[in-house]
Amino acid sequence: MSSEVLDPMTSAETSSDLSPVDPTPPVRSAPRRARRPREFTNFDVWVLVGSLVSALCLNWLIFYRLTVGASLFGFLLCSYLTFLVVFALVTADRVGRLVATDRVMTVVVVSAATAVFVPLVLLVGYILIEGIKALRPNFFISDQEGITPILPATSGGASHAIIGSIEQVGLALIWSLPLALAAAVFLNESRSRWRRPVRIFVDAMSGLPSIIAGLFIFATLILPFAKSGNPLFGYNGFMASLALAITMLPTITRTVDVVLRLVPDGLREASLALGASRARTVFSVVFPTARTGMTTAVVLGIARAVGETAPLLFTAFGYDLMNSNPFSGSQESLPLFVYRNIRKPDISAIQRGFSGALVLLLLVVGLFALARFLGRDRSKRVRSR
Amino acid sequence: MPDTAVADPPAPGESRSTGPTRRVVTEVPSVVDRRFNAITLGSGIAVLVLLVLVGIFLLIQSSEALSESGILRFLTRTEWRTDVQPPRIGVMGLLAGTVLVALVGIVVAVPLSIFTALAITEYSTARRRRWLIGVVDLLAAVPSLLFGLWGFLYLSDKIIPISTWLTQNLGFIPIFSTQENASLTGSIFIAGIVVGLMVLPIITSVTREVFSQTPPGEKEAALALGGTRWGMIRSVVLPYGRGGIIGGSMLGLGRALGETIAVALLLPQVPQRIGDSIHILQNGGATVSGFIANRAGADSFTVSGLMAAGLVLFIITLATNMVASVVVARSRSGVGVEL
Repeated sequence: MSSEVLDPMTSAETSSDLSPVDPTPPVRSAPRRARRPREFTNFDVWVLVGSLVSALCLNWLIFYRLTVGASLFGFLLCSYLTFLVVFALVTADRVGRLVATDRVMTVVVVSAATAVFVPLVLLVGYILIEGIKALRPNFFISDQEGITPILPATSGGASHAIIGSIEQVGLALIWSLPLALAAAVFLNESRSRWRRPVRIFVDAMSGLPSIIAGLFIFATLILPFAKSGNPLFGYNGFMASLALAITMLPTITRTVDVVLRLVPDGLREASLALGASRARTVFSVVFPTARTGMTTAVVLGIARAVGETAPLLFTAFGYDLMNSNPFSGSQESLPLFVYRNIRKPDISAIQRGFSGALVLLLLVVGLFALARFLGRDRSKRVRSR
Repeated sequence: MPDTAVADPPAPGESRSTGPTRRVVTEVPSVVDRRFNAITLGSGIAVLVLLVLVGIFLLIQSSEALSESGILRFLTRTEWRTDVQPPRIGVMGLLAGTVLVALVGIVVAVPLSIFTALAITEYSTARRRRWLIGVVDLLAAVPSLLFGLWGFLYLSDKIIPISTWLTQNLGFIPIFSTQENASLTGSIFIAGIVVGLMVLPIITSVTREVFSQTPPGEKEAALALGGTRWGMIRSVVLPYGRGGIIGGSMLGLGRALGETIAVALLLPQVPQRIGDSIHILQNGGATVSGFIANRAGADSFTVSGLMAAGLVLFIITLATNMVASVVVARSRSGVGVEL
C-alpha cells in the first residue's frame, strides 16, 4: 500500500491539479502516472554511481597523491563518508531535503546490513585460506606424539582432540538433555507458580559467561578433592562435560521451550479429554508433534558446546597425547587444541592451530546448517540464538 | 493450558436420585501424573538451584583471597601481585578493562545492529530477509575462539592504521591519547571491536524482534500522512522499539562483559591502573574473564583470587542481564519478546 502514497515533496506540481480551481475532477484523473516515493529511476542510479565515483576519486587524490601513509581501510571509510555527503547534497538539490534524508538513510541502512557480511566473509575466508595450508589426512589420524618445534606443520594431528571433543560433548549432552527437556516441559506444561522464577533464571543462565561454568566445576568438584588423589576428581573429560552441560542447558531449554509453545493447545486438550494423563499427553502428543524442533534444539546445543573453550581451561586442561578415557587424566578437545597451539611461539604450531580452527569452523557451520535444515519444515519459527 | 479439573460439582442430592450418576471430574491427579509433575518441578527447581550454587561455591572458594585482602580492598585495588608478601590483589584494574572493552564493543555494535534490524524488518523483501537473518545467525554461531584467532592474527593489523590515525589527529581527546612510543597492538580498542562483532547478533535479534512488532496501523498512518519511509521509521518504529533497543543493548553489554577467549587472546591481560588516564588505543588492559582464562592451573591462593574475580563478574553479568530482561519486558514493545 505504501508505495502508492503521494509524496509531499515530489508531488509539488500534482497539487495544482488537485486545487479547486481546476475544472477536471480531482483525485481520480489527477496524476497520469502514479508517483512513487520509493521509485528508483535510471537517473537515481546515475546519481548514486556518480556520487560514489566522485567520492572515491576525491579520496584517492587525498590519500594517495597529496598525503602518504594511508591504509586501504581508512581510504574506504573516508570514501564512504564523502560519498554519503555528496549523495545527500545532490539528492537534496534535486528532490528536496525530506526525500534526500530518506534516500540517504536507505543507503546507510542497506550498507550497514551489507557491512555485516564483511566480517563474516573475511573471518571464514581467512580461516579457510590459513587452515587449508597444513591440513592433511593425518590430522584426523595421529596425535601430537613426538612433535617438536622443528617438525613441519603438516606432521602430527589432532585425533586426540577430536576424540576428546566427541566424548566431552557427548557426555555433556547426556547430562544436560534430560534436565533441559524436563525444565522446558515444566515451563510449558505445568501450572506451577515457580515457572516465572525458573524462566528468569534460565534466561540469566544463558547470559552466564562460559568461563564461570568451568570455574564452578573447578570450585565444587576439582579443588575440594584435589588432595584425595582420585583421578575422577581431577582434570579430566568428565569434568569438562559437566561444565559444557551447564553452558548447553539454557540453550536447549529455551529452544525446546519455544518449540513446545508452538504445539497447538487443541492437541493437548484432545489428549486430555480422551482421558490420557498429563505425562502420557506430553510423551505421546506434545513430544512427537515437536520432534523436529526438539532435534533442532539439540543440534544447536551441540553447536554451541563444541566451540566452547573457556569452560575447558579449568576442567579438561588440555593434553598433547591421545587419552580416550574421559574419566581419568587431562584431555584435549578441538577448541583447546586450537587455543593452545596458536599461543605457542613456533610457526608450525600456529599453523596446526589454524588447521584445527578450520575443522572446528566447518563442524560448527555444518551443525548450524543441519539445525536450519531440520528446523525448516515444521517449526519454521524456531529462532536460533 | 488445558485444565483437567472441571469445576462443576453437581448439586447435592440431585444426581443421586435420577438416572445414571453424573461423573465428577476431580483435580486429583493419578500416580503417574503426580510423579511426572514432581519430576518436572524438580528439574525446574534444579536449574534455579544450580545458578544459586554457582554463586555459593564461588563465594566459598574465594573466601581465602577475600579474607586475606578484605572485601572492600579487593574490590577497589587495581594491582594484582601475588609475588609480594602479603599478596596484593584487587579486581578494579580488571573490571575497568572489562567495562572499557564492553563499552567499545557496544559503541561499535549498537548502531550497526539497529540498522541491520531495520534492514531486516523495514527494507527487505522476504527473500533478502531470510538471507540477512541467516547471516546474523551464522555470525552468532561462530565460536568465540575463532573470532579471537581472526582478530589476533588478521584484524589487529588492519585496525592499527586507524588507531595510529586516531591518536595522531584526535590525540587531544583524552581517550584517544597514547603514551610516547607505545605499541598499538593488543589494545582495548581492537578487543572492543572484535567483541562488538560478537555481540552484534544478539542485539540485532532483540531489536529485530521488537521492530517487527510495531503495530502496522501506526506505520500505515505515518505513511498515509505523507511521511517518507525514514520519516515513518523515525516517528513510529524507533520510538516504539526504544525499550527493546535499550534492553537489547544491555543484553549485548552483558555478553560483552563475559567474553572470554577472544579477549584473552587479544589483550596482554595485565591489570591496568586507571588512575593515570585511559589509553584505549595502546597495548595494555585486562578483563576479568580473560585474566582468569590466562591463569588456569595457578597456585591455590591465585586460584582463590580468581574465584573472587569470577564471583564479581558473575554478579555483574547476572545483574546486567536481569535488568535488560526487565527493561525489555516492561517496555511497550517488549511484551512477549523472547530474549
